[in-house]
Order: sequence, then C-alpha cells, then structure tokens
Amino acid sequence: MDIFYPVKLLADWLTFGLFAIAPETLLGETVNFFIYDTVKIFILLAVIIFAVSVIRSFLPPEKIRFILSRRNKYVGNVLAALLGIVTPFCSCSAIPLFLGFVQAGIPLGTTFSFLVASPMINEVALVLLLGLFGWKIALIYIGSGLVIAIFSGIIIGEMSMENLVEPFVYENTVIAKTKLSEMQWHERFAYAKDYTWGILKKVWPYILIGVGLGAWIHGYVPTDFLAKYAGADKWYAVPFAVALGIPLYSNAAGIIPLVSALTEKGVAMGTTLAFMMAVTALSLPEFMILKRVMKTKLILIFAGIVGAGIIFTGYLFNLILG
Amino acid sequence: MSDKTTQIQILGSGCTTCKNFFELTKKAVEELKLKTAVEYVDDIQKIVALGLMSSPVLVVNGKPALVGFTPDIKKIKQAIQDNL
Repeated sequence: MDIFYPVKLLADWLTFGLFAIAPETLLGETVNFFIYDTVKIFILLAVIIFAVSVIRSFLPPEKIRFILSRRNKYVGNVLAALLGIVTPFCSCSAIPLFLGFVQAGIPLGTTFSFLVASPMINEVALVLLLGLFGWKIALIYIGSGLVIAIFSGIIIGEMSMENLVEPFVYENTVIAKTKLSEMQWHERFAYAKDYTWGILKKVWPYILIGVGLGAWIHGYVPTDFLAKYAGADKWYAVPFAVALGIPLYSNAAGIIPLVSALTEKGVAMGTTLAFMMAVTALSLPEFMILKRVMKTKLILIFAGIVGAGIIFTGYLFNLILG
Repeated sequence: MSDKTTQIQILGSGCTTCKNFFELTKKAVEELKLKTAVEYVDDIQKIVALGLMSSPVLVVNGKPALVGFTPDIKKIKQAIQDNL
C-alpha cells in the first residue's frame, strides 16, 4: 500500500479537475508530477525534520563532545560519524565545533569524521532522497556517507597532522564547564517545531524551483537523452559531477529534485550519488571558514580524501547499479 | 538596573547567519529602549571558552543568554531581559 495515495488523488483532482488540463498530455503529466512531488516532499520534510529535531534535543554538541572524549580512536570515528547524522550543521558552527572538540582532547581524526558526516548526511537531503529516489537509494547514501566519514577520519588520524592545525588551537585548553539545563518535553517539541518551521521557510523556494525544473525535464526531455554524456560507461562523468558539486552547497534542497529528473534521463545512479555527496560534503564556503584554524594544506588533504571517497563511491555504484 | 553596566555581545564566526543575528539583536535592543550598543565579537575562541560549540551566541553581561540562531526577535528580547 502506498501511503502517498491520497496525495496522488489530490494531485489528480487539482490537475485534471480544478485546472481542467487534459490527462495524457505532456502538460497534464508535468503539472500532475509537480503537484504530487511537491506535496509529498513537504509532508516528508515536516514529519522527518520534526522527528530528527526531537532526537537532537537530547544531543547538543556539548553532550556529543562529552561522549566522544571518552572513546578510543576507532570507536570514536564510528560514533562521531553516527552522531553527525542527527546534528544540524551550519558552516557558522564549523569553527566552534572544531575548536571545542580538539581542545577537549578529542583526536583530530575523530573530529574530522564528525565534520564530514554532519553536513553530508543531513535531514533535508535524506527526505529528498527518500521522497524522490526511494528508501534503497536513501540507505545507500547514508551507508556510503558513513563509510566515507569514518575512513577519512581514520586516515587523517593516522597521518598525524596536528602540526597543520593553527598553533593557537592547542594553546587554549581551558574550557568552562557549562551546565546545560535538561529540557522538558514541551520545550523539546517547541524547539522541534521552531526548527522544522525555520528549515521549511528557508528551503521552500529551492524545492519549488528544483521540483519545477525536474517536472519539466520529466515531461519534456526525451528519456535517455543524457545517457550518451553521463551513462555508467562514461568514466569522466563521476569526477566531473564531483567538481561541479563543490560550489553548489547552499542549494542542496533545489539540486536533489533536479538531479532525480536527470537520473531518469540517463545519468547513471552512481554519478548522481557522487554529485549529491559532493554538493553536501564538499563546500567551498566551509573550506574558507576552516582556514582560520588550519593550514590550507590540511584543508586540501581533507578535501582530497573525502573527494576520493566520493568518486570511488560513484564508480562503485555505477558498477553495481549501472 | 542601570544600562551603564549592561554589556551585550554577539559572538559569531562571521558567517551571514551570524550577521543577521547581530542585526536582529540591535533591533531588539532598540525596541527594549536600552542605552547600550551591541558589540559583534569575531573571536571564536571566546565561544569555546564559554564551553559552547554553536554560533552565533548572544552574551549578556558575560553570560551566554541564547545559543544558536533564531529569527524570533521576541525570543531575543526575552533572553536579554532575563539576563539583565
């Protein structure tokens, strides 16, 4: 049973009833597709972001730091990547998180596992993957994201690159103990409601544009149109997609719907996954901000390792799913 | 309660969200009719020294009053008043 069947009925009624567009025409199909996808995505966004925010209210960064500071490095990398899923990540918090973790004695590698997973596996991306690609692709995305985050962190940890962190980071290790008051349930719900509303307000234009363009492509671009440029047999498609993803961070909400339509027109699934991972995990503004606490060389190494992981994932799934 | 001793700071990393928060706080202070300037502090070490790891932070008289961005000016005003 499809739980979105009522949405389908609504989309059908709006398109063919209210707007009186003839079914089985290109326009009818495009409008129907647009309404169905938009309504479905907004319902999923509201429900999932709310749920994730409630979970998150139990895990403020200060608590995560406490959890991570008591683990050895390999367990720490795995935990850091997992905790990265539920935390929101705004590039504004990249530096305080980095300083807070490292100064509390959390190994550099563990810190990097968190820095990779946190933006890459975020609730908005998850909702869009779930709504537009289905749960299998969403799970593949989470799984590969975790593996990349864990291994990038372990590699950086093994390379002992503490000398590439700005010296002031290690000079300050006195951290005030802030007592965080335990939240009440009604406060958790209020927080979740505010957070969900805030995200929806921020992403809705991108989603409308993304789904709109996607619907247009769905209706008007011939199937397999892109296969000859970006099919699974085109070796250059994956690195090209990753390079393209680096400057696009702020528009992740609009890009995923667009990409889902492109997949339908012949872009291989692995290439699509690699592109979405690059959009979320490799962000130029975040790199600029990180320059304040680490040397450019370390940022390049970090981007290089994560980038290589993403490219590998792209080829792997082109091979498996292609 | 004298305004002379009130010190209101925004600790941020210089990102757009932090700047927006700074502007909102200035507006909140104006609406509360406090005779104090809001200061923007770009030193992230200060955030960490307070034991916090999110930015921006609203600091009233040296104490963290609000952590993380909120677009809700009523909450900003409330946080300032609670910590005066």
